[in-house]
Amino acid sequence: MSAPGPGEGVRHVSLRSGVYADSVRLMQVSRDVGAREGVIAVLVAMATPLNVDLAAGMGFAPDGTPSPDQLLIAVRAVDDDALAAAVTAVDAALAERERSRATADAQPARTIAAGLDDLDPGTPALAIVSVPGQYAALEAADAIAAGRSVLVFSDGVPVEQEVALKRAAHEAGVLVMGPDCGTAIVAGVALGFANVVRPGPVGVVAASGTGAQQVSCLLDAAGVGVSHVLGVGGRDLSEAVGGLATLDALAALDADPATERVLVVSKPPAPSVAEAVGRAAAGLSTPVRSAALSPETPDLTAAVEALLGDLGLDVPVWPSRPGPAEAAPPGAVLKGLYSGGTLADEAMLLAAPVLGDVRSNTPLRPELGLVIDPSAPDLSAAGHVVVDFGDDALTVGRAHPMIDPTLRLEAIARLAASGEPAVLLLDVVLGHGADADPAAALAPALTAARAQAQLPVVVALVGTEADPQGWSRQADALAAAGAAVFASNAAATRYALDLLGAEL
Amino acid sequence: MTSTGALGGLLDGPPAVVAAGVEVFSGALRAQGASVADVDWRPPAVGDPADLAALALDPRRAAANRTAVERVLAAGSVLVDVRPAREVLGLEDRTLLHSGPPLTWEAASGPMRGALVGACLFEGWASTVEEAEALLASGGVALEPCHHRSAVGPMAGVTSPSMWAWCLEDPVNGGRAYCNLNEGLGKVLRMGAFNEEVLTRLAWMRDVLGPLLARAVRSMAEPFDAKAVLAQMLQMGDEGHNRNRAGSLMTLRELSPALVALDAPSDDVAAALRFIGGNEHFFLNLGMPTAKLAMDAARDVPGSTLVTVMARNGTEFGVQTAGTGDRWFTGPAQTPVGLFLGDYGPEDANPDIGDSAIMETYGVGAFSMAAAPAIVRFVGGTVPDALATTERMYQLTLAENPAMAIPIMGFRGAPTGIDVLAVARTGWLPQINTGMAGRVAGTGQVGAGLVQPPRECFEQALAALAQEARTAA
Repeated sequence: MSAPGPGEGVRHVSLRSGVYADSVRLMQVSRDVGAREGVIAVLVAMATPLNVDLAAGMGFAPDGTPSPDQLLIAVRAVDDDALAAAVTAVDAALAERERSRATADAQPARTIAAGLDDLDPGTPALAIVSVPGQYAALEAADAIAAGRSVLVFSDGVPVEQEVALKRAAHEAGVLVMGPDCGTAIVAGVALGFANVVRPGPVGVVAASGTGAQQVSCLLDAAGVGVSHVLGVGGRDLSEAVGGLATLDALAALDADPATERVLVVSKPPAPSVAEAVGRAAAGLSTPVRSAALSPETPDLTAAVEALLGDLGLDVPVWPSRPGPAEAAPPGAVLKGLYSGGTLADEAMLLAAPVLGDVRSNTPLRPELGLVIDPSAPDLSAAGHVVVDFGDDALTVGRAHPMIDPTLRLEAIARLAASGEPAVLLLDVVLGHGADADPAAALAPALTAARAQAQLPVVVALVGTEADPQGWSRQADALAAAGAAVFASNAAATRYALDLLGAEL
Repeated sequence: MTSTGALGGLLDGPPAVVAAGVEVFSGALRAQGASVADVDWRPPAVGDPADLAALALDPRRAAANRTAVERVLAAGSVLVDVRPAREVLGLEDRTLLHSGPPLTWEAASGPMRGALVGACLFEGWASTVEEAEALLASGGVALEPCHHRSAVGPMAGVTSPSMWAWCLEDPVNGGRAYCNLNEGLGKVLRMGAFNEEVLTRLAWMRDVLGPLLARAVRSMAEPFDAKAVLAQMLQMGDEGHNRNRAGSLMTLRELSPALVALDAPSDDVAAALRFIGGNEHFFLNLGMPTAKLAMDAARDVPGSTLVTVMARNGTEFGVQTAGTGDRWFTGPAQTPVGLFLGDYGPEDANPDIGDSAIMETYGVGAFSMAAAPAIVRFVGGTVPDALATTERMYQLTLAENPAMAIPIMGFRGAPTGIDVLAVARTGWLPQINTGMAGRVAGTGQVGAGLVQPPRECFEQALAALAQEARTAA
């Protein structure tokens, strides 16, 4: 098709009376018709002096004296057919009604601030933040500014940001749970990795996720139950953070009518912070018991048992499946392959006094560290070893071992193939967020390993009967694969030490 | 012990959850029957993560933004006078004001050059276009942004000493703001046209319209309340930037009795009334200083991330914030998308130009698009698009302006006070309605449409605000 220059082709210029459309509508019509094949130029406009001038400039001067209430239709096209079609299209476009809904699609909230803004201010609400760590403070700060508490699951949040968030939260009268907080139960709602436990009078403040799961499951097994589990993040009791969230959580539980006793669970805290928290706890009207791990207090189960004593209750027989009575091979060492960091710490604290040094990627003392390359984890150091597969260095680019067992299953197979005599100690954590059926992968792996080597297996199975996976169902499956199963990690560890013939 | 509502009542019953990040959490919560709203989170589009965090955690920010936005909302705007720009803007001879951030003749676009040339001819500083261009190229005329003199100007915004300026006052904060008189549509100086028609009109505005308006405004017993008119416009289908029909008619209604009562030739009065009534954007030059007064009230609040100015000079887009004073953060002006007059097309349009984005900075214009569904069709959109635009802008802003209620949003206040941090985090840029000037000097208006600021403005503003926050810490 040739491209005619200005003045070429055929033209149509007409004026109509009694037709009005606003200028925007007419500009749209001009644009749409102008885009048709064979159309060179279009002007559909009310015949105001301005528009008549424009038309003249385009070679469309109308005959006679146009008045501003007339509609000017001017089209130039390559030939008569295109021209007729274009004029018809102008009529059709003018007649067309806009067919659209009168309401907008809701615009999605893109920030925690916008999401909270949509809530009724009177509704109790909690924000959960699991965005990449470098951005977590932005979303958490929104919640604090809105007067809402926030659970920060994200890890990799710089410690100075954690401190700033927790200070702001304290001033705003809300709580920052985290960062790196994977476990909480608030008024019966399980957040993250948490177990289905019965409601009860014990409030838990936890700087440790699996530690909180262990104590809440034991309290459930004892028929006691929990009011709330408030996670505070693994660094809260460090020197840098100074227990800011722990102190606020304690005050909140003290004010909570459903909470009669409080248990504080953590990995070994900074001594000065432990002291400050102890002082604050002593000032509350609700009795507070510490289950902070230390060489002197290495045992979460013992802390729960002491709490039961405070409540005037008997300590139950903790659930277990003792498994086959078998001996460890001569010269056996302890191989603890854990998914829960606090459970690994507890195992090491219990084992160290009887076995001596235990090497680890999260060691009790720095000189016991294993060098672990996250891209090719070699966890096969000889001697007593406890590995925390949930450590940040081993979760880069993959899911937490409570969801993805791959690395640990590989380590079990490698241990069986290594020929090093050992007792294998494992944790399996049940509940919301965890693998829907951990025994399904673990039991065959244990069976295969035990077929290859003389390998006693002891499992700390942390969970409740009400958990989606069911404690007994998992315990039975693991026991059938030859494992001795304990609801208490301390009991499991002691059993393993016993198999090693250690003097307890 | 009874509940003290500790942690905002968090422990009193199952909380509603708002979640940002991985969806595993939300699924598990829903399985428990909890109420969960997932945020449509995405990584911030602008800004270094450490800068963003420094701002989010700046302990001054919440209070500073509250202070800044309260001043914006409280500001009023009353028309107190009409004076020659020379008097009220302190315009020395051979000084011209222009829209947007600072600009040189070399960097000026077609319509800006056209308007500057036209102003030199109008002032008699040159007698031909060539002389005017030579004068401007030689640096013989000082160029300065309107914003540096408490003024705003639509499109090229070129304001010369002999032009008359509206003088508006904020009775609450005491500020003053100025704007020249609107010339109408088509071939006009602000769109870069400077032919005889333009110069003749400017001369009439100088010799007849300006003096009449000055006398009329001074004679009014009840001063013209420009903020009240703007508020009413939103109830009448205007958004106060690209659509000022109702506002212009209300202005005509308010000014007419005073104009008619003047002891002045009836031909002149009739011409003035015809001119005002024939210009559906006449109110824009009163709306802009109204917005300017409000945004100037929020200037210089340390720690505030509120945007106080968005303005374009046809080459660059400039932004200022409450926390960084008079500093400009600039990036290349974008070309609007919209509809064209006659057979003009996208290739004829100049990049974004004008101080009129002060309207969006104040929360009207495109931010209140829902009030003026007609405007959204400039980009072939629909009524739902208009509502959606306003809904999105609520997520960029710090407050809802109760004085500027939008009927179709249930009389929700206009989304007001752009937060630099919210722009960075949502990835949504402020929406602006605008006219389009022809790229070639002398062309005039070629269309109207929608445009956004360049990301660079917000990147720079964010970095500067973060730097300031660290210094203050």
